[in-house]
Amino acid sequence: MVLFYYIVFPGFLATFIAGGVASWIERKLTARIQTRVGPPFLQPFYDVRKLFIKEITIPEHSSRSIFMISPIVALASISVVAAVVGLNLINPAYGFNGDLIVCVYLLLIPSLCVILGASASGNPLASLGASREMKLVLSYELAFWASLAVPVLKTNSIRLTDIMSFQALNGSIAGSLSGIIAFIVAIICMQAKLAKVPFDIPEAETEISGGAYIEYSGPLLGFFKITQYMMLVILPLFLLEIFWGPMNSTVGILKYLLLLFVIIVLENTNPRLKIDQAVKFFWFGLFPFGVVSIILAILGV
Amino acid sequence: MDKGKILSRSIWVFHFASAACNNCDIEIIDALTPRFDLERFGIKLVGSIRHADCLLVSGIMNEKGATRLKFLYDIAPKPLAVVTFGSCGASGGLFTNSYNFYGPPDKIIPVDAYIPGCPPRPEAIIDGIVKVVKKLRTVRCVM
Repeated sequence: MVLFYYIVFPGFLATFIAGGVASWIERKLTARIQTRVGPPFLQPFYDVRKLFIKEITIPEHSSRSIFMISPIVALASISVVAAVVGLNLINPAYGFNGDLIVCVYLLLIPSLCVILGASASGNPLASLGASREMKLVLSYELAFWASLAVPVLKTNSIRLTDIMSFQALNGSIAGSLSGIIAFIVAIICMQAKLAKVPFDIPEAETEISGGAYIEYSGPLLGFFKITQYMMLVILPLFLLEIFWGPMNSTVGILKYLLLLFVIIVLENTNPRLKIDQAVKFFWFGLFPFGVVSIILAILGV
Repeated sequence: MDKGKILSRSIWVFHFASAACNNCDIEIIDALTPRFDLERFGIKLVGSIRHADCLLVSGIMNEKGATRLKFLYDIAPKPLAVVTFGSCGASGGLFTNSYNFYGPPDKIIPVDAYIPGCPPRPEAIIDGIVKVVKKLRTVRCVM
């Protein structure tokens, strides 16, 4: 039964299909904002299907095992997070104590696998992409954990189902002043975690020819793409579970679509930041706001 | 499992410009603008040859370009379609009698389609893409 939750629903397969739809919404909305037509509905699935029929090329000077294992580990860990987050949405009895912390730790693994895989590629441009991703992770993780402290302080619990039932009784965390500041900080950190413009520094296509993914081809690149699609579904749902209150079926889907819309509009209206601008923005711009929201939460506002 | 058919739905293009006058390079970018919008066919420009399904060659092959073109073709994951762009790609264009002209790209790597013009109009580019897609869907195992 656990295997069913992990592999089929709500784990790998269901989140992959939902992620393909979310990725299509992103590309179609981007095209519409640029007054273009945009790709057909199944385009993300065509892309992944095409990647799985290409041959795998492994560079000569790479660390072979790490290079090949990183995409698979990224996919496995994001499937676990998908199972935990999805099960909490369906049936609150399926959580366990501490699953908030487990989810945030597991969400770090895809970025870590990108760093490992890029460092194992044996290409100087890939190592540039890896170092940029490392700096980006160092900068946004601080503000992210600061914003996550607010729901934990307000509900006195680190269990997702407790936070959701608290919000069902007392109104959503994003309704209070500390909650809304923390929610906005968390949304901007999510934009960096998804590696979307203005923070798509590690994968800067025009600057460093694909950056961290430059040597990946075929099915290995396919695993990374599936991981990106799944993160586009899981991260907003995770933030909505802890910040924006009860997630019933239709209201929950509307809230998720609103958050996806915010991500896409942010992506289309901003230029890409340089890595030192991004680090300064997270450490000295967002982290103080996170600290202010923690203080307000302790004071009870 | 027909690889060509699966490939024809989502073609990622890597643009290799060697000693080009840049006119063709501008025309490639403007085929992606809203008026002609190639992304609705699943076509996208990628930054790395390892991600590419189509190698788009523009410009003259001099000594540097010829060695690098061969290298790029060798490291690209197959199945791959090669398309030469412009009259420089087809036969050398203006520069046929030049001192550093090593020959058109089809002397170095096998070419699947030619897009004529100096520079090709976007309509000619779309016609060339139709040729490539038809070839991918009918000929087995394009390399």
